Amino acid sequence: MSSTRRSQLFMPIIYVGGLIFGFGLAISGMARPEVVLDFLQFEDFGLLFVMGGAAVVTGVTFAVATRYLDRAPLTASEYTRRVKAFDRNVVIGGTIFGVGWGLSGICPGAAYASVGIGNYPILWAVVGMFLGAYAQGYWRALRSSTTDDVTETASS
Amino acid sequence: MNELSPLLALGEPFPRGVLPYLLGGLLVGVGAAVIYLATGIIAGASTFLESTLSYVSNVPRFNRFKYVQSRDWRLVFTAGIVSGAAVYAVLFQGGIWTTEVQWWRLLGGGFLVGVGTRLGKGCTSGHGVCGVGSLSNTSFVNVATFLAIAIGTAQLVQAVGVAP
Repeated sequence: MSSTRRSQLFMPIIYVGGLIFGFGLAISGMARPEVVLDFLQFEDFGLLFVMGGAAVVTGVTFAVATRYLDRAPLTASEYTRRVKAFDRNVVIGGTIFGVGWGLSGICPGAAYASVGIGNYPILWAVVGMFLGAYAQGYWRALRSSTTDDVTETASS
Repeated sequence: MNELSPLLALGEPFPRGVLPYLLGGLLVGVGAAVIYLATGIIAGASTFLESTLSYVSNVPRFNRFKYVQSRDWRLVFTAGIVSGAAVYAVLFQGGIWTTEVQWWRLLGGGFLVGVGTRLGKGCTSGHGVCGVGSLSNTSFVNVATFLAIAIGTAQLVQAVGVAP
């Protein structure tokens, strides 16, 4: 439905944005698990500038767009901020994510970029991420079907 | 990479300098900003996992409207990330680069990242870049949690002598 309202430029601009995003991840070193692990082991604090630099750019962009701009040209969508509801899962998920990140040095975007720099062993991590995403989706589907709809509406 | 390791032990806070990190970070932000300004979409990298699973799985969770509706552009976004990094590799890296981190760490860590990012509603780009850029308290809590736990985990792994 919404795809009929999409401009011809929609997919190309998504691709170009992803291209810049991935190029940036590669320059920053985040596509190399070793660099991330060096950061987490306090041997190189450079990664602070990656997350900080990126968040400053998106922060300024979001602030300007939500305040001064009308609607996105390619989709006619309103500009919004990324604000998700807080619940227990945010902390539990962050904890599990943290163990995984600290063990492997890999997070989703950086893993895709790592494929791009030719790091084929990273496919272990990509497979792992899909298995993990599948496992939690399967488990949550199973849980919501056994405990009625009450918990599902409460958590979503 | 390997020849750098002894230097890193000296306690220099930025042994590889700051510029590549800052430049890379700014470009990551620009990439997200280009998509946002053109489409209003706040792109995170991890929803790709669930939305892509909707192509091959009947589990209802992966087939919710927001995943099925966004799965095509998320594939394109991810293809963009892969090719952007490939452009960097061709221009500046001189051939492919492969990690020394052991396969079981990548697989096991990747699995936990996959569980955690979906349960926690986002990852380093969704919460860490876009959520923090939105001044979202939920994202601040998530980022603080995963940073602290990741630091603890990485230090522990190092302390028990697992390397690389």
